[in-house]
Amino acid sequence: MSEPLLEVKNLKTYFYTLRGIVRAVDDVSFELYRGESLGLAGESGCGKSTLAFSLIRLVPPPGKISGGTIIFEGRDVTKMSEEEFRREVRWRGISMIFQGAMNVLNPVYTIGDQIAEVFMIHKGYSKREGLEEAKKLLQLVGIEPRRVKSYPFELSGGMKQRAVIAMALALSPPLVIADEPTTALDVVVQAQILNLMKRLKNELRTSIMLISHDLSIIAEVADKIAIMYGGKIVEYGPSDLVYNNPRHPYTRALLNSIPRLRGEIRDLTWIPGTPPDLINPPPGCRFHPRCPHAMERCKKEEPPVVEVDRNHYVACWLYTK
Amino acid sequence: MSEVQVYKPVLDKQTKLVVNGLKVYFPLRKSFVEVLMRKPRLYVRAVDGVSFDVKDGEVFALAGESGCGKTTTGKAVLKLVETTSGSTYYLPSRGIMESNPYYALYKKVSEYGHIDLQGIPDKLFKPLRRDIQMIWQDPYGSLNPRRTIFEILSEALEIHGVGSTKSEREDIVAKALEEVKLTPASEFMYRYPHMLSGGQRQRVGIARALILKPSLIVADEPVSMLDVSIRAEILQLMMELKKIHGLTYIFITHDLALARYISNRIAIMYLGKIVELGDARRVIENPYHPYTKALVEAIPEPNPERRHVIKEPSIKGEVPSPINVPTGCRFHPRCVALDQHPELEELCKKKEPPLIEIEPGRYVACWLYTKK
Ligand SMILES: Nc1ncnc2c1ncn2[C@@H]1O[C@H](COP(=O)(O)OP(=O)(O)O)[C@@H](O)[C@H]1O
Ligand SMILES: Nc1ncnc2c1ncn2[C@@H]1O[C@H](COP(=O)(O)OP(=O)(O)O)[C@@H](O)[C@H]1O
Ligand code: SF4
Ligand code: SF4
Ligand SMILES: [Mg+2]
Ligand SMILES: [Mg+2]
Repeated sequence: MSEPLLEVKNLKTYFYTLRGIVRAVDDVSFELYRGESLGLAGESGCGKSTLAFSLIRLVPPPGKISGGTIIFEGRDVTKMSEEEFRREVRWRGISMIFQGAMNVLNPVYTIGDQIAEVFMIHKGYSKREGLEEAKKLLQLVGIEPRRVKSYPFELSGGMKQRAVIAMALALSPPLVIADEPTTALDVVVQAQILNLMKRLKNELRTSIMLISHDLSIIAEVADKIAIMYGGKIVEYGPSDLVYNNPRHPYTRALLNSIPRLRGEIRDLTWIPGTPPDLINPPPGCRFHPRCPHAMERCKKEEPPVVEVDRNHYVACWLYTK
Repeated sequence: MSEVQVYKPVLDKQTKLVVNGLKVYFPLRKSFVEVLMRKPRLYVRAVDGVSFDVKDGEVFALAGESGCGKTTTGKAVLKLVETTSGSTYYLPSRGIMESNPYYALYKKVSEYGHIDLQGIPDKLFKPLRRDIQMIWQDPYGSLNPRRTIFEILSEALEIHGVGSTKSEREDIVAKALEEVKLTPASEFMYRYPHMLSGGQRQRVGIARALILKPSLIVADEPVSMLDVSIRAEILQLMMELKKIHGLTYIFITHDLALARYISNRIAIMYLGKIVELGDARRVIENPYHPYTKALVEAIPEPNPERRHVIKEPSIKGEVPSPINVPTGCRFHPRCVALDQHPELEELCKKKEPPLIEIEPGRYVACWLYTKK
């Protein structure tokens, strides 16, 4: 294969708070090829959004990237100046659909104006040219082009989310990060939005990084999966392997907690306890206080990452020889 | 239409609650100009003729997309909204029947002691309010951030005069916290909501609903704001408490996969009406109404094969506003089945389909299933 579109190596993003250092992203590595889609899953607070913010260098203070590299299209973006990053990568190379973005569309501007603005700022287009582009984009995401004249309050939740997606696609970035893009949408609209993402992936070959706490949503889009727990990736691999043969006890527990539509009704299981405090994470394997298989060793030593199958990696003592 | 059985809620010894022909319309405010022009007042038809019965000890699910009227139906049962028409008949717990001095005054609508909730004046309703409680959807918004857990839980005790001293109330609150497994209770009691996780806050919500020993709980999407990974724990707790206290639940949810696990029967609502009703597993595993079918199809599943197929849910357009409910079958502008059955067009667009029995205990409101 050619070189990856995105290569994240040993990334650390910490929040330096008065209470202490929050290790929100703690030594995370993964890679993504052009046209490939990654699902990032894990419970609330495990660091998914922080990882996403790191990739577009918008980590809110008091957070900052404290180590590691992010190689995008062959260049380490952590070393770029803010000016260079804004000009060449953010929005053009990597764009992001922020969690809850549809609710923060500016109420006093039409969606056409809001999309056109991206072209005016980044490409120096005139307002008229920008609006023409906005119409094409709306068409692409399944909104009638005449809707450029609509204000956010005139659109349904599903249409607002499509408009937000249109904005993220404006400069045809090879990578779009979608942070919980269907939370707060009803199932029918959710299915439509997920289908739209599949189309973008198939037709434009856009790489999508889909973030969710729900593995059934991720399965709809992702070719490969990263399971995050307490700031670390604990399982990572092709989605066929991760879903059909999950190895990490945490991944298994996540999958077992999903109610199914068909088949026997067995008792639903859950993950007892609460996710770790990332200022003082448990020593050893961070999952050990909640893990049914925890051994003495797990409480003291951090498990190394092992390749359990082709391109399928797990960080768990159960798999070390 | 000889043998067609139109749904009628059952009122018998096992019935905890009957909701019959319930309508809740919210008047829209008219602008000054509209008043001058004598425009007719418009209404949000939030609940538009809903009937169902809930058996004692049952988990009855009310499902459907947001805005279809689930919460309003629940609130109407608790008399938290004014009903436009219809009735709710309720069988209070033994304890309430025996201890509530007003109970003898209530008009009974059955030989088993069911009372007509809508017919009871507000000031006589207070003692009954203890018996029907709600668990709210939002564990973040429904707890006052400036009050401790003790203050939040003892509020209801004070209103209903339970526990005469603070230390008595502390004992009751401690027991309630232990029941929902927030232990050690003495520690949790003096924390503030922001110091708790989402799951812990929802436990407080459950404790608050249970502290007055009710017998009917309306649980409004109690786990939808929580991570999937901890939902089952909260549900398991609710089911344990149900067993211990002999509770009946009306479980409001938009998650059909979840409803399949925990409810006995389910009613699917669309735009203020029930379109399908029956045994939860049968309805979800083999839906009949075109709307239920679309809902089930749209549910994502943790199966990576699905990334290779793009299958649009079989439903058209978007939910219309409950201010302008479509004529005839209110689902007709979105119905895919209607496209395949043009012979039904007249009927579907003009006449509202009744909720009829098409299999024992299975009801559907759709002309496709009505033998004419
Ligand atoms: N601005 C911030 N200041 C301090 N801590 C933060 C900030 N944003 C996030 N965190 C912490 O970082 C961790 C990861 O958060 P986040 O990336 O939002 O997780 P997720 O998206 O998986 O829910 C959490 O412990 C959270 O409390
Ligand atoms: N107090 C109110 N005033 C006006 N409209 C309301 C009020 N409460 C709910 N509605 C409307 O009634 C409909 C049903 O709402 P609701 O019962 O909350 O639905 P659900 O719980 O199924 O999402 C919605 O269109 C909602 O906007
Ligand atoms: S390393 Fe130990 S505690 Fe961690 S997941 Fe594996 S078995 Fe469980
Ligand atoms: S009654 Fe007609 S429009 Fe309504 S759901 Fe049935 S087929 Fe569709
Ligand atoms: Mg997040
Ligand atoms: Mg509701």
